[in-house]
Amino acid sequence: MGEAAKTVIFEIERRDSTDKESYFEKFELPYRANMNVISALMEIRRNPVNMEGKKTTPVNWDMNCLEEVCGACSMIINGKARQSCTALVDQLEQPIRLQPMKTFPVVRDLVVDRSRMFDSLKKVKAWVPIDGTHDLGEGPRMPERKRQWAYELSKCMTCGVCLEACPNVNDKSDFIGAAPLSQVRLMNAHPTGAMNRDERLNAIMGEGGLASCGNSQNCVESCPKGIPLTTSIAALNRETTVQMFRNFFGSDHAV
Amino acid sequence: MDNREFLLRRLHSLLGIIPLGIFLTQHLIVNHFATQGVEAFNNASHFLANLPFVIFLEIFVIYLPIMYHAFYGVYIAFTSKHNPGHYSYLRNILFTAQRYTGVFLVVFIAWHVFETRFQVAIGNAAEADFNMMANILDNPWMFAFYVAGVLTATFHLANGLWSFLVTWGITQSEKAQRYTTYFTLVVFIVLSVIGIRALLAFV
Repeated sequence: MGEAAKTVIFEIERRDSTDKESYFEKFELPYRANMNVISALMEIRRNPVNMEGKKTTPVNWDMNCLEEVCGACSMIINGKARQSCTALVDQLEQPIRLQPMKTFPVVRDLVVDRSRMFDSLKKVKAWVPIDGTHDLGEGPRMPERKRQWAYELSKCMTCGVCLEACPNVNDKSDFIGAAPLSQVRLMNAHPTGAMNRDERLNAIMGEGGLASCGNSQNCVESCPKGIPLTTSIAALNRETTVQMFRNFFGSDHAV
Repeated sequence: MDNREFLLRRLHSLLGIIPLGIFLTQHLIVNHFATQGVEAFNNASHFLANLPFVIFLEIFVIYLPIMYHAFYGVYIAFTSKHNPGHYSYLRNILFTAQRYTGVFLVVFIAWHVFETRFQVAIGNAAEADFNMMANILDNPWMFAFYVAGVLTATFHLANGLWSFLVTWGITQSEKAQRYTTYFTLVVFIVLSVIGIRALLAFV
């Protein structure tokens, strides 16, 4: 035995409900090999006692897949937005500071409401419309190399990290952020989706759309899936430049 | 029209390079005549001040574009939340610097125009000549203010050129954007050297 048991200290920004002020609470937990932020939060939930030894309410957070594909457990860990399931305690500086992504409305503790991202996906028509009153048959083929390229864009899990990192997504602006913009590029790359490409381009040329990007490029640096978000934005910039002239002068190549 | 913001932002980006970027480059190059002596500078300055239709050139090529770029730019600067502390990536630092230099330049250019062109307009000075600038730059604080003004202006132009190329979709790939970063760094250095050499010639 000899040496003192190793512990991990967490400092968590908590909020009891949407209308309450936030406060920090510290927790000290026994260290376990290979623990991550979620397993630590589970430990706090099992035994919600803070560093002063007082019993407190268990910390609330969102999680689902536990393997960085669902995007639900995003939070700010030591200042940077990322997923808590892949945040290994061994790689973090202590005390580990957990905060909710306050770009979004905070529901409770570390739980945020990412609805605005899903609303943005609706706004930019991030889907391929295939429904008709009769069978429309197969769509045009997609070249395999293009499919592989588009697959990278499809990895987006709407986790909200790119919005949290973006200096232009805040309560003074209605910028939709990088994630839904990149989805426009994905849907426009699809051979069937491309049949409505002008509708999506016009949608992102609206308020809070593409033009609100200030090219700080934090999104591409922060994206946990390594999606080339800034390349998507620049590519859409080129397409909307053309679309702008098509809208103004009219064109035989509307689609 | 619901794409008003899109058009306003594109106009802001365009005006920053054409005509303002071209004007700044021209202005710094003409200033450089000061290194060839009093007469060379005065001749160049006299030539520009007496161009035909000079007042229309000034209004449409300088005053209106710069006022739009300045006022809309200040609005843009104050609608972002800067976070280079936690996200200290090069592009984010430059993003923040672009906004700080922009706000500083509004103050600097307003003062610079007041001290030079405006004094000529209200008849306090016959012409914006070498002596006028030499008198202004005689004060070491003013000299420092002008050095800061030149450096922020050349930075703002060089970095603005980079984002202009992205905003209009000319540079898309990560590699294209990286190489443009190197290119705009060269633009910044060259314009800064020209600008600072001219300032030094007045003292």
